[in-house]
Amino acid sequence: MKKTATELCSLEQQDYILAHRKHHRFIRRMRIAVLLLFLILWEACANKQIIDSFFFSSPSRVASCFLDMVRDKSLFAHIGITLLETVVSFLLVTALSLLAATLLWYSRKLSEILEPYLVVLNSLPKSALAPLLIVWLGTGVKTIIIAGISVAIFGAVISLHTGFLQADPEKQMLIRTLGGKRKDVFCKVVLPASVPVILSNMKVNIGLALVGVIIGEFLAARQGLGYLIIYSSQVFQRLPLLIQTHILSTYLPRYL
Amino acid sequence: MTSDILKIENLFFAYHTLSGETQAIADLNFSVKKGEFLAIVGPSGCGKSTILSLIAGLLEPEAGGITFYGTDGKKPGIGYMLQRDQLFEWRNIWKNVTLGLEIQNKRTAPNLERVKKMLDAYGLTDFVSKRPSELSGGMRQRAALIRTLALEPEILLLDEPFSALDYQTRLTVSADIGRIIKAEKKTALLITHDLSEAVSLSDRVLVLTNRPAHVKTEFSIHLTRTDDSPLSARKAPEYSDYFNQIWEELSDEENSD
Repeated sequence: MKKTATELCSLEQQDYILAHRKHHRFIRRMRIAVLLLFLILWEACANKQIIDSFFFSSPSRVASCFLDMVRDKSLFAHIGITLLETVVSFLLVTALSLLAATLLWYSRKLSEILEPYLVVLNSLPKSALAPLLIVWLGTGVKTIIIAGISVAIFGAVISLHTGFLQADPEKQMLIRTLGGKRKDVFCKVVLPASVPVILSNMKVNIGLALVGVIIGEFLAARQGLGYLIIYSSQVFQRLPLLIQTHILSTYLPRYL
Repeated sequence: MTSDILKIENLFFAYHTLSGETQAIADLNFSVKKGEFLAIVGPSGCGKSTILSLIAGLLEPEAGGITFYGTDGKKPGIGYMLQRDQLFEWRNIWKNVTLGLEIQNKRTAPNLERVKKMLDAYGLTDFVSKRPSELSGGMRQRAALIRTLALEPEILLLDEPFSALDYQTRLTVSADIGRIIKAEKKTALLITHDLSEAVSLSDRVLVLTNRPAHVKTEFSIHLTRTDDSPLSARKAPEYSDYFNQIWEELSDEENSD
């Protein structure tokens, strides 16, 4: 008969493991308790007219609004279009920034020429750019995707290029001693050494792409979560909807 | 054994920065015979590594020339071992030792077979699918040597390849690598700070001057040794004489600034 791992270890070790699990169970329960307490307080205050539910809404109203929209399936259309726009602009940002950072790495002259422009473009308030994009490109999915790209792309290029430049110079020298050209230095050293930078950059990009898409939808859409937020904040009866949409767009990037 | 494979004549090289130029090498002359193991010692910062970079073609001389006399009049292949092994953590040992062949598109069956034989001979066959971090310092250095030898260089440039190892490992690994280089009949240029390493491994030791470097003196090393272990070279009766002479030449040079 095989013994399980816990049976094999000493009593002290078992105590330790039990205490560890107990600690984590407690933390998880308290986290849920904090959320429940908040929701109950909110609901109670709205019921007893301590806060004006017209302006502050209440958890039950948010929930019923959510269920209504689930029932008539309009919610899924809005989430779907926002998701699609976010994913497309994320993929484009990733591809374009990798390409641009590679070019900048290949040519030191080019990177030195363009450096001040990249810094300026990156510090530009992109939400201010969205109205211009509508003027230039009209309303529609294309404009929103470009708004999503515009928020993330310049920062992505800068951080990828910086990551590429940090590749170990001795490893690059090794490639040259083995007869490799600049292309080999890039493919065998710079790119593989930058994988962690590329991945963390992608995580940042997906969040920024969503921000850009929501900003775009504020101004130029008839569909999507950004449109829902703007629509519901203009019509006060739709306040539950506003809150619900905010919650959804906070959670969306986590599941992407 | 008597013909030159490499001849350096009146070589000059300087490093340039905006704040000025640093003459690294001035009027350097020496030659290396085929199959010879040549050690180069010199005061620290005297431009030893620059010499290897010039021979490897990573830098261009400002004046003077480096002439190669390879077999069939072709330029001999050059292998370069750096101070650290520089094995890539994202590749396993097999992918690391065949990196040079991969870069030069030479992953042919006979070449790969030769690499396998070397791995076998130097005790690394069981580790081909391991990551470099799973190997000991000595094994990593041997893997780095196989990576260099895979391209069949005629001349090996060794830039303090043992300096990152602890003393115990260093003795065994340097003897191992010395033996491998002799067995593969390669010409080797070793740069080192360690005089005992220079005397015990090489056929000839060049002592360089302070920067700008040129040859100060040279010693031909003939040790009466019982076997090829690292200790037998150090126990040879002539060993301490060579050591002391080179030591004096070097300290004389280091005190001269």
